[in-house]
Amino acid sequence: MGEKLVLTGNYAVAYAAKLARVDIVAAYPITPQTTIVEKIAELIESGEMDAIMINVESEHSALAATFGAAVAGARVLTATSSHGLMYMHEYLHWTSRARIPVVLALVTRTLAPGWNIWSSHDDFYGQRDTGWILSFALDNQEVLDTTIQAFKISEDPRVYLPVLVALDAFILSHTSMPVELPDEKQVAEWLGPRRQGYVVDGRELLAIGNLTWPEDTEEMVMDLWRAMEESYNVIKEVDREYGKLFGRSYGGLIQCINCSDAKYLAVAMGAWSGDLMEAVNMLREEGYSIGVLRVRFYRPFPHRDIWEYARGVKGLIVYDRAISFGAWGQLYTDTVAGLYQYTTKLPIISNVIAGVGGVNVTAEEFYELTKNFIEKIEGGEEPPRITWYHRR
Amino acid sequence: MSRPKPPLPYNMREVLQPGDAACPGCPIPMAWKVLSAVFGEKMILVIPACCSSVVVGPYPGNALKASIIHVAFASAAAVASGVAEALKRRGINDVQVIAWAGDGGTADIGMASLSGAAERNHDFIYIMYDNEAYMNTGIQRSGATPYGAWTTTTPIIGKTEHKKDVARIMIAHNVPYVATASVGYPHDLYAKLQRAKKIRGFKFIHLHAPCPVGWRFDPRYTVRIAKLAVETGLWILYEYYDGKIHLSGASRPYIDPARRKPIEEYLKYQGRFRNITPEKIEEIKRYVEMNWNWIKKHM
Ligand SMILES: Cc1ncc(C[n+]2csc(CCOP(=O)(O)OP(=O)(O)O)c2C)c(N)n1
Ligand code: SF4
Ligand SMILES: [Mg+2]
Repeated sequence: MGEKLVLTGNYAVAYAAKLARVDIVAAYPITPQTTIVEKIAELIESGEMDAIMINVESEHSALAATFGAAVAGARVLTATSSHGLMYMHEYLHWTSRARIPVVLALVTRTLAPGWNIWSSHDDFYGQRDTGWILSFALDNQEVLDTTIQAFKISEDPRVYLPVLVALDAFILSHTSMPVELPDEKQVAEWLGPRRQGYVVDGRELLAIGNLTWPEDTEEMVMDLWRAMEESYNVIKEVDREYGKLFGRSYGGLIQCINCSDAKYLAVAMGAWSGDLMEAVNMLREEGYSIGVLRVRFYRPFPHRDIWEYARGVKGLIVYDRAISFGAWGQLYTDTVAGLYQYTTKLPIISNVIAGVGGVNVTAEEFYELTKNFIEKIEGGEEPPRITWYHRR
Repeated sequence: MSRPKPPLPYNMREVLQPGDAACPGCPIPMAWKVLSAVFGEKMILVIPACCSSVVVGPYPGNALKASIIHVAFASAAAVASGVAEALKRRGINDVQVIAWAGDGGTADIGMASLSGAAERNHDFIYIMYDNEAYMNTGIQRSGATPYGAWTTTTPIIGKTEHKKDVARIMIAHNVPYVATASVGYPHDLYAKLQRAKKIRGFKFIHLHAPCPVGWRFDPRYTVRIAKLAVETGLWILYEYYDGKIHLSGASRPYIDPARRKPIEEYLKYQGRFRNITPEKIEEIKRYVEMNWNWIKKHM
């Protein structure tokens, strides 16, 4: 058993960086990410953590410096939120296409105008096609565990891709929960020394990123795609190993609760999945056959796992905390397309957009919405495909 | 007094292998030759989007005998900060990290990241090779384009603002070393790189680099034009350290206006100044005088 501390989600990130023996952290402050940077600075200055901190002048430079340090052989971490992530966006592509292992903690926050520091998932989804492995935590323990796992996944030779670990603003970032810390030596042993596909440190002549012809470029992109496919198994493997060593694992890319016999599934991602689980418990108590499928890794998209549980169900209700304007919720779009890989006869899949801008959605509301969805279908009606759930 | 000249490799192919994509008369390989004489292969160039990204040639080749990290346009100084810190962390101290960026990547889009890296005083050399426009994208105006010059975005009346003086901006950062240099003076550049190599912390070199394509001159005249810029007093070679400007040998005579060649000598070779008016030439002269006064005040 490791040490138990009461930590905010942000401190959980900081402790994970320490446990992973990160060499270099480069970051720029933005609410609600700030306390990650502050805690790491404190850990370093107090001598608890042996790492170099680069206090850069912008997020673009935060990820650029992180990238530079990583290319030169350092284990690295950066963290940001919302507009910081938007500012970094160019470097998300740069890092994945250069196939450089990096870990980024994202405290998800709404985009402006107007200024709003509460959680939505718009910033997260804005990175959907960057070639990063994208994960989303449920609670602070998972923040810590997934961040450590992220280094293992990122530095796996079958993968060599950057990994983003998301946690919801305030709901996790600033809320204290008991978190168990694994033993530092054991973590170090498990992670091993830094691994990456190549190192530019002047010891041998190496040039990365020269002008590249279309065919070569396409092959590199295909290779990235393959690595992302490959990461599916690596994520599962890493989660299992972690479970064996440290006593906690999360079911790989998804977590499905009450799913094995369920006729209906409620799908969500992030901290509010906890409220959804509560709602589903209430529904279960009333005899409804429903389970919660929580997406833990959004890229690679866990379509196989979703299919495993969705096979034969009557309906899925997908909750999105963001919207792709002119289309649907992002998780919904992927769920529909993902299931279509396995069947042409889809169950009813509805999308509820809610919680945008940080609007709180309670377990009772999830209960009502989900119950309504099931009742409609059971009553022979077709529920609407997409609804905005908004209240004041 | 004649000092021995430092050994420079005069065979370009020792530095730049076949497969490079430089235009004839390009100033970039001229400077790389000097870099290579100082650091050999033990240098990592961090190169943002610019002509140099092309000059090294396409994947899977790499014409320059150095390690290269190509990076996004605005980020040379930030990436170099990370590389320098990682090498320090890993105890590698025989490799020179060099951010090698154009005037656009430095004076404009890269300014924030440059300023940040300078203020944090990371241990690397930043070289801004200044061909005074965005050449890679087809000769558009940059903050470092001089007054009166034609570019494709100042197509008829020429640039109406003066050149941004980046070296002075860097001096205001109180970094340990700032220098100006020119591809027309390789030995001067060599000596400056040697000095920079011995100094820990942030070093900045503003390198004047006449570009035949963008400035509209015959490719054989790159060095002549680079020299004329110095001989007319328009480009002043100096170093800044210990809180003072140290005028470089090549520029020393031109502290005396009487010894400078007329500005027109410099302008007349370049198509980009073809339509410049006498009034504008007067304005350039005023600007040159102002620069010299600043130099004299800080020597
Ligand atoms: C973010 C971004 N904006 C614009 C560009 C397009 N771009 C590439 S190189 C360049 C100009 C480079 O000018 P400079 O730094 O002076 O170098 P030069 O080409 O003159 O050597 C521009 C605008 C880019 N690559 N990235
Ligand atoms: S445009 Fe000028 S700087 Fe660019 S490669 Fe050609 S000669 Fe060199
Ligand atoms: Mg230029």
